[in-house]
Amino acid sequence: MALKQTTGQKITITIVAWVIGLLLFFPILWTAIAAFKTESDAYTLPQNFLTTPWTLENFGIVQERSDYVLYIRNTVIIAGLSTLLGLVFAVPAAWSMAFAPQSKPTNNWSGYTWLAIIFGSGGLAALILYFMGWHPTNFLVGIILLLMFVVPVSAWVWTRATKDTLLWMLSTKMMPPAGALISIYLLFNRNGLVYKDWGWIDLSDYNLVDSFWGMVPLVMLLNLPIIIWMLYTYFKELPVEILEAARMDGASLWNELTQVLTPMAMPGIASTCLLNLILAWNEAFWSLNLTNKFAAPLSFFISEYSSPEGQFWAKLSAASIMAIVPILIVGWFSQKQLVRGLTFGAVK
Amino acid sequence: MATNQSRAIGKWALAPSLIVLSAWAFVPLALTIYFAFLRYNLQDPDNTSWFGLSNFYYFLSDPYFTKDFINTILLVGSTIIFTIAGGVGLAVLLDQPFWGRGIVRLLMISPFFIMPTVSSLVWKNLIMHPVFGLFAGIQRFFGSTEPIDWFGHYPLISVIIIVTWQWLPYATLILLTAMQSLDGEQKDAAAMDGAPPLSYFRYIVLPHLSRPITVVILIETIFLLNIFAEIKVTSVGGFAGNLTYLVFSQLNDANDVGAAAAGGIIAVILANIVSYFLVRIVGKNLEG
Repeated sequence: MALKQTTGQKITITIVAWVIGLLLFFPILWTAIAAFKTESDAYTLPQNFLTTPWTLENFGIVQERSDYVLYIRNTVIIAGLSTLLGLVFAVPAAWSMAFAPQSKPTNNWSGYTWLAIIFGSGGLAALILYFMGWHPTNFLVGIILLLMFVVPVSAWVWTRATKDTLLWMLSTKMMPPAGALISIYLLFNRNGLVYKDWGWIDLSDYNLVDSFWGMVPLVMLLNLPIIIWMLYTYFKELPVEILEAARMDGASLWNELTQVLTPMAMPGIASTCLLNLILAWNEAFWSLNLTNKFAAPLSFFISEYSSPEGQFWAKLSAASIMAIVPILIVGWFSQKQLVRGLTFGAVK
Repeated sequence: MATNQSRAIGKWALAPSLIVLSAWAFVPLALTIYFAFLRYNLQDPDNTSWFGLSNFYYFLSDPYFTKDFINTILLVGSTIIFTIAGGVGLAVLLDQPFWGRGIVRLLMISPFFIMPTVSSLVWKNLIMHPVFGLFAGIQRFFGSTEPIDWFGHYPLISVIIIVTWQWLPYATLILLTAMQSLDGEQKDAAAMDGAPPLSYFRYIVLPHLSRPITVVILIETIFLLNIFAEIKVTSVGGFAGNLTYLVFSQLNDANDVGAAAAGGIIAVILANIVSYFLVRIVGKNLEG
């Protein structure tokens, strides 16, 4: 608000803003202070945080007792791989919607036809499952049943106008995890819903709960709609004229993609990666429900400190600081670009 | 503008994402719907039978459902009111020129990047603990002998405080961005006419912010309906649990797949009501 401002007003605003800013940041600062105190001093922190000595011992103890390195390694693996995997899916999709948009549906089947197709194949799949006793004991049958659910839905979305496809993707992000928790938990479990001994491929010893094979695709899917949207808004802003000029000069599609488009899109892709990293790093619902040891990320690691026997505040603080600092720094650097990803492009 | 070749490839480039997303959106949901009609307890998994609508009946008539449903609404509603009110205020503040604006902005948005488990435990132990917490220390400083036991006596309010702290930066960041896109000429015109700050805010800033505020409300609702870690790690699920937590405890504590699935379906229906409006608003923006 660029209304006229006197120096006196500016000083007042500066003071007010700094006070509020420090108040909001205070819990983090307080944790950071407690992390450098001895355990007994941390309890009496409100009275004497300036006079008590500083120490680094908590960080060592946290590593020794609960193996911080393992958890940050897991977090980096889950967040990093899910981001990369997400890009593999999202970049082509966003590119396609931004540069080859469909203004209207590509076929003129009515909504009822599509509904009949979707429900028909879903119902057929359910019938087959019912007569097989709900166990797709054959790998191929399992895949076919899955496709019977997925293909008609994908085909329906695929033939919509680009705008509706985008909105459909947004709506998949709306699904509450509580709705999927039971199915995912049972699907991932060793003794779960699906027989994993398919004769020539036997996965019955394999458990997707608490494994990267389960967590990485899951976290990728959670954030896929957001990164497709964010990339789409970036790609949409790239000047089409340059592409046309390149085409006139005889650039092939491959050259166009690798030499013209990618360099221009790099900043957008980078900030999309950062947003995805932040979201994946802080993911808590599925981490708390589906991991407990081998693939547990930092959010699980911290939750271990909630048990009554683990009430060590200086250690809790040290562990918290180690868990949040990397992603806090990432967040600080990318804050300006985050807005469009966090609002699905509705605010730029 | 696109050639036929790139258009054809473009069509297929979309397919992988659509397939994985529709698998993610429909397969778990279809299974959940199926389980919701079964009598299925993990402690007795071989004894599974058709249960009709009974799961829904038992889930809805559970006294915890009423309590947790009210908690969900209170949690979502009050957090949204606080974050929007605070967010508008902070956005107006950050839009003014002052010394150290960049740093203050970093300080203000930092809570958003803190993982939920960390913020819950830090607030519960370091700040709201009835004996050793910071709030207790402040109360003692002002002469109180019996500091408030936040999580003991006001579990829902404590959770609301934590969640508001986490989501205030989100509202601030979005509204600030929206505000900075305010037309410069309008600002100048208002300044020339000597518009008093209050009416400038009332007649120019607020109307401009109405759409971003709607977007923030809808997106926050989607995320706040799913609050889970803050309730789980502070162990207040029995008193301040929400629907998500109730579904979790049906599965985790009661091992009742059927009831948990029924609860999941109810959560999906609730979220769908909100997302219907969000999708419409975002869709309108796409055309423009």
